[in-house]
Amino acid sequence: MVNGYAGTFLEIDLTNNKIEEITFSDKILQDYIGGRGLGVKILWDRLGSKWETIDPLGPENVLLMLTGPFTGYFLGARTCVTGKSPQGNGIIGSTVGGEFGVELKCAGYDGIIFTGKAEKPSYVFICDDAVEIKDASHVWGKTSRESMRYLIKDSMNAIKKIHPNYGEFKEPSVLYIGPAGENKSRVAAVAAKYTHAAGYGGYGGVMGSKNLKAVVVKGFGSLPDVIDQDKMLELSQEFSKRCFMIEFFRRWGTGSGGYTFGAESSSEPVRNWQEEWHNEESYKGEEFDKFWIKKYWGDYGCPVTCLKLAVLRDGKYEGAICDNPDYELEAFLGPNLGIFSPEQNIYLSYIIEELGFCGIQGGAILGFTGELFQRGILTKEDLGGINLEWGNVDAFAELARKIAFREGIGDILAEGIYRAALKLEEMKKQEVLKYAIHLKGMAIGAHGLKSGKDIVTSTPIGYSVSVQAGDHTSTAALPIDGLGSELRSIMSDSGVYCNFTTFTLAFAQIADFYQAVTGWELPKEVWFGEKGLRILQLQRTVSLIGGPDVTWRLKQDDTLPSRFWEPLPSGPFKGESIDRNAFEKLKSEYYTVVGWNEEGVPTSEILHKLDLKDVESKLKKEGLL
Amino acid sequence: MQNVGKVRIKRNYENCSGCRRCEITCSLYHEGKIWPEASRVRVFMLVPGVEIPHLCFQCDDYPCVEECPEEALSVDGQTGAIITHKSKCTACGICINACPGRVPHLHPQNDHIVICDLCGGTPKCTVTCQEGKWDTLILIEGEDVETEKISARTPKELTHETARKIMGENATEEVYEW
Repeated sequence: MVNGYAGTFLEIDLTNNKIEEITFSDKILQDYIGGRGLGVKILWDRLGSKWETIDPLGPENVLLMLTGPFTGYFLGARTCVTGKSPQGNGIIGSTVGGEFGVELKCAGYDGIIFTGKAEKPSYVFICDDAVEIKDASHVWGKTSRESMRYLIKDSMNAIKKIHPNYGEFKEPSVLYIGPAGENKSRVAAVAAKYTHAAGYGGYGGVMGSKNLKAVVVKGFGSLPDVIDQDKMLELSQEFSKRCFMIEFFRRWGTGSGGYTFGAESSSEPVRNWQEEWHNEESYKGEEFDKFWIKKYWGDYGCPVTCLKLAVLRDGKYEGAICDNPDYELEAFLGPNLGIFSPEQNIYLSYIIEELGFCGIQGGAILGFTGELFQRGILTKEDLGGINLEWGNVDAFAELARKIAFREGIGDILAEGIYRAALKLEEMKKQEVLKYAIHLKGMAIGAHGLKSGKDIVTSTPIGYSVSVQAGDHTSTAALPIDGLGSELRSIMSDSGVYCNFTTFTLAFAQIADFYQAVTGWELPKEVWFGEKGLRILQLQRTVSLIGGPDVTWRLKQDDTLPSRFWEPLPSGPFKGESIDRNAFEKLKSEYYTVVGWNEEGVPTSEILHKLDLKDVESKLKKEGLL
Repeated sequence: MQNVGKVRIKRNYENCSGCRRCEITCSLYHEGKIWPEASRVRVFMLVPGVEIPHLCFQCDDYPCVEECPEEALSVDGQTGAIITHKSKCTACGICINACPGRVPHLHPQNDHIVICDLCGGTPKCTVTCQEGKWDTLILIEGEDVETEKISARTPKELTHETARKIMGENATEEVYEW
C-alpha cells in the first residue's frame, strides 16, 4: 500500500479498444513523484530510443493525464497533461486546475496513459471500476460548452444506471477539447470548466489526433489514505492561513495585471510585442471588476480562489462568460491585439475557450497574423476577407474561428507561429520568421524581459534555458535551489499542485507535506541535486532530440526571439535592452551548474551521476555528445 | 413535529467560490478522510461558475423522518438536526424521495443514508467557509433560526435559480440537463 497514491494507473489503447490497469514501483514513484516527473519517465521509457521518429500528432505518441501525491490533499487541485509536444517536440508538463484529478483518484486511479488512435470520435467514461470508450460522433465539431453539456448528460445517465438508488450524486469532472483540438491544431488546449486549460504544449491537438474528444470521470470512493493525516492537516491549515493573508492577490487574482504589467513594468505584449508598454486606463483592474460576477472563484481545496467569473450580461456580446480573464488572457487577447476594452477582451477569451485554444498560444498566433497584416505581408484577400486591423475584435474572433476549423489561411495558422512563419516565408518569399515571437516552437508567456521589472521573470535567460521554453510557469534561474529555480516548477508540476498557493513556502515545507502524505522523505539536496535534476536532464535531452519535423539543436536555440534583443521603443523604460554579453555569461553559468557542456548538452559526468546511462548512449547515437 | 432546533446553516449561493473546502472539512470530521461523495455537504457544479453547497434544509415538518419506515431518522431536540441511526437504516431510499430537496443520499460505501447532523451544533463547514471569508455557509443560532428558515430545493432547482442571478435570464440554457 502506497500512501497518497491510488496505486493504479489506467492504460487505454485507443486503437485496439483495450483497457488495462498498470502499476509503477515505489522506486519510480519516489524518484519521479507524479505528474510532469512521472510523465517524463514514462515517455522516456516508452519512446526515448526512437524519440526523433515519433510524430507528436501520430498514433505512436503517448498522451498522459496524471495526478500527483499532492492532488486532492494540497491547496488547490490540479492535473498534469503531457506527452510528446507538437509545439517544441520535447515534453511539456502542462497542468490544469479543477476537480478532474480528485475524481480520478477517488475512482481509484492516479493517472491515465493513452496510446494509439480511436477509429472514430470517442470519449472515455470512467465511474470507479466501470471504464469505457464511448462514441463521441454526436459531440465532434461542437464548441466547448455545448460539448460539455452533451457529455455530462450522457455520463449522468450512465452513472444513474450504475447507482440507481443512490440519490443525487455530484456531477463528474471532464477534460475535453474544442474544435481546434479536433482539427489537430498545435495551439489547442486540453480544457476544463470555463477557460481552465492545460495550454502550453499543444496537447489539445494530440487528443484530436487520437480522436479523443474528452475524458469524463466520477469517483465514489475516498481519496487514498495518507501516512500522517494529523500532520498533513496541520500543515494544510498553516499554509492556508498564509494564503488568506495575501488579500491583494485573493481579491484581484492576476486580473489587475492587464494594466500594471504594461503601465508599470513595461513587460506586456502590445501588438505582437512591438511594444511592451501601454498606459490605457480603460484596462485597469477596476474596469474588469465591473464584469466580475464572482470575485472569488476557485477549484477544489483552494484557499486563494484567485479566479474571477466574468459575464457579459448585455451589449453586443451578451452571454459571453469566462474566468477573469486572468493576466495572460488579458494580455494576449487584449493589448497584444490592440484591444484595450475589458468587454472585448472578455468576449474574445470566451471565443477562444469555445473554440478550444490555449489563450497564450492562440493569442500569439492572432497577434502574429495582425502584424503581418499591418506590414502588408498578409492582405485582406489572404485572410479570406478579414480586415485584421489592430483592435478589431470581431475580425480577430473570425480569424480564430477560421484557425479552429482550418479554413483557408487558418489551415496554415493552426500550425502555430513558428511553423506558420516558415510556411508563409515560402509562400510570400519574404522574411516572416522574425515576427514569430517564439522559443523552440512555443510562444512566450506575457512577461517581457527587457525592462527587467517583470515580477515573474527575474533573469533574461529565464525562458532561454528552460526545458519548457516559453512557459512562464517553468522559467529557469539561479541559484538552482532558489525560489526561481526551474526545479521548483518541476516539483509543483510533479507533485501536481498550484504555484499560486506555494510561492511563500520554503522547499522544506513542501517536502514536509509530501512526507506527511507519502511517508517518504525528500531532503532539499536530494531534490535539487538528484531527483529534480534527473527529470530536468531527461526533458533537456528530448528537447535536444526533437523531430521528426523540427529540432532545436545546441546552444544557438537557447536564445531569445530577435525582437527581444531590440531596445524597448516606448514607455518609462524606453531604450532598455538585454545585454548580450551578460546574457551569454549567465547562460554559461547556468550550463555549468546544471551539468551541461558548453554546447548545452548534458555531460556524461552528470548523466552517470544521475544513473542515466541510457540517456548518454542516446545522445551519443544522435551525435550530440 | 414541534422540535424547532436552535442551529441552522444559512447559504449565500452567489458567494460560493467552488473551493469545496466545506466538503473536505465535513468528510474529514465524519469519515476521517477526504471523501467528496461521503460528505454531508456536497458542492454541485451543474454549470461552471454556479456552485451549490447542498445540505439539509431542516424542514418544519421533517418529511424524511416522518416517512422513514424503520424509524432510522430522528430530530435532535437541541439543534434541530437530523440524526441517522445507522443500525436501523436499511438504505431503502424512501427518505430521498420524501425530501423536497433530495438531500439524503446513500453512503458511497456502506448501506445507510447520510444527512447533515450539524456536527452536534458547531458545524465545521461554516467555520471553514468563514475563515476564508467566502461567506457562503453561515452559522445561525438562537432566535434567528426562525427568521432564517429556508425551503428545501434540489441541486438542479438551486442551480437554475442561482444561474439566473449570476448569469442572467438566458443562462439557464447552460445548466446541465439529464
